[in-house]
Amino acid sequence: MLKKRIIPCLDIKDGRTVKGVNFVNLKDAGDAVELAAKYVQDGADELVFLDITATIEKRKTLIDLVERVAKEINIPFTVGGGIRSLDDAKAIIKAGADKISINSEAVKNPKLITELADQLGSQCVVLAIDTKFVDNNWKVYIHGGKTSTPLLTVDWAKKGEELGAGEILLTSMNNDGMKQGFAIEITKQIAESVSIPVIASGGAGKMEHFAEVFQKTKVSAALAAGIFHFGEISIPELKTYLQKQNIQIR
Amino acid sequence: MIAIIKYNAGNITSVENALLRLGYSCIITDDASEIISAEKVIFPGVGEASTAMSYLKNRGLDTVIKSLTQPVLGICLGLQLMCNYSEEGDTQCLGIFNTSVKKFPPKDIVPHMGWNNLYNTKGELFNNFELTDTVYFVHSYYSQICEDTIAECNYILPFSAAIQHNNFYATQFHPEKSASVGETILKNFLHIEKPDLITK
Repeated sequence: MLKKRIIPCLDIKDGRTVKGVNFVNLKDAGDAVELAAKYVQDGADELVFLDITATIEKRKTLIDLVERVAKEINIPFTVGGGIRSLDDAKAIIKAGADKISINSEAVKNPKLITELADQLGSQCVVLAIDTKFVDNNWKVYIHGGKTSTPLLTVDWAKKGEELGAGEILLTSMNNDGMKQGFAIEITKQIAESVSIPVIASGGAGKMEHFAEVFQKTKVSAALAAGIFHFGEISIPELKTYLQKQNIQIR
Repeated sequence: MIAIIKYNAGNITSVENALLRLGYSCIITDDASEIISAEKVIFPGVGEASTAMSYLKNRGLDTVIKSLTQPVLGICLGLQLMCNYSEEGDTQCLGIFNTSVKKFPPKDIVPHMGWNNLYNTKGELFNNFELTDTVYFVHSYYSQICEDTIAECNYILPFSAAIQHNNFYATQFHPEKSASVGETILKNFLHIEKPDLITK
């Protein structure tokens, strides 16, 4: 049976891991490579690195980090943050990442999704969507959640799949950092609207929240950051718990 | 020396890194004489079948790969290119394995992405492999089960997770991304002196 994936996310700033609440108030959470290696030991199924301060001058730091991670770890990992072109994506893949994730730039230039899928393969292209419930609708936000767009999340997810995305990473901004559980309703809706894997993100605070998102939606994976970094939930403990709930876990 | 065949496909760095972690050195090359003289050859690949095949043909590597006599390990697209034919881009492949490659029917999420179990594993590639072990897959096309299949996986339908014909081994999953289980499989391959003949 295909297993549900547990994915720790490492938000990266200048090569360090950081964590905020609702996308702000960043706290240092340790060296990224050390933390990555620990998660692999713990049984993480995949890792995501999001460079949250990606500026042109910082790209080299990120590439160095990707190279170090690729040498160290033996499970798949995704890198995102500030990818604006095919060249940016190629540099990250060449450094050893398995997938890249794109967010703001895909909204501004949807053709980029197709270009990346054609050149690197769909399986390399993760479409990250930050969504917020406003005016009775789930809408797409970009620029780390700072800028609203008129896009409806369900429409954008479907469009992303059509353009060639291989996976969707859906983060609910309303839930992110609140530890009250994943945004079940929109996550369920997205996972039923597309036929590519969907990763649920934002809101995990206890082990029950992971069970809930796997039981109530068709998502392939669940992602969290702070609760893993600060040791509130350990991955081995989480996996044992989910197995007891009859969820297929590695 | 271990040669990793260089062609226009992704994940070559991952294979190199995996070998380095296991303490082996390797060269990444598309030079026929280097490939022919290597003790072991790894034929990795993530990409599209027809583009990859034309790249290999243009450099005469299709003939080189087929004629190799040392242990060869194809990974993912590598496995698919070692079959007779792939539906992806309507591609005639190397014909080392007598089976063909088809696209998964859209009955579930495609690509098949993530960790899955293997069944009916046989041969030295799977020494120390436990039934509860899982390996990492990411693919939208699958190789049909054939008489040379040495491991099966079931996603939407049963398919070949690994195939062996004489000195040619291949896995649909990524041992280089399958944590310690994948490392064991890679080590098993690297320890092969003379390929076993598998009792069918």
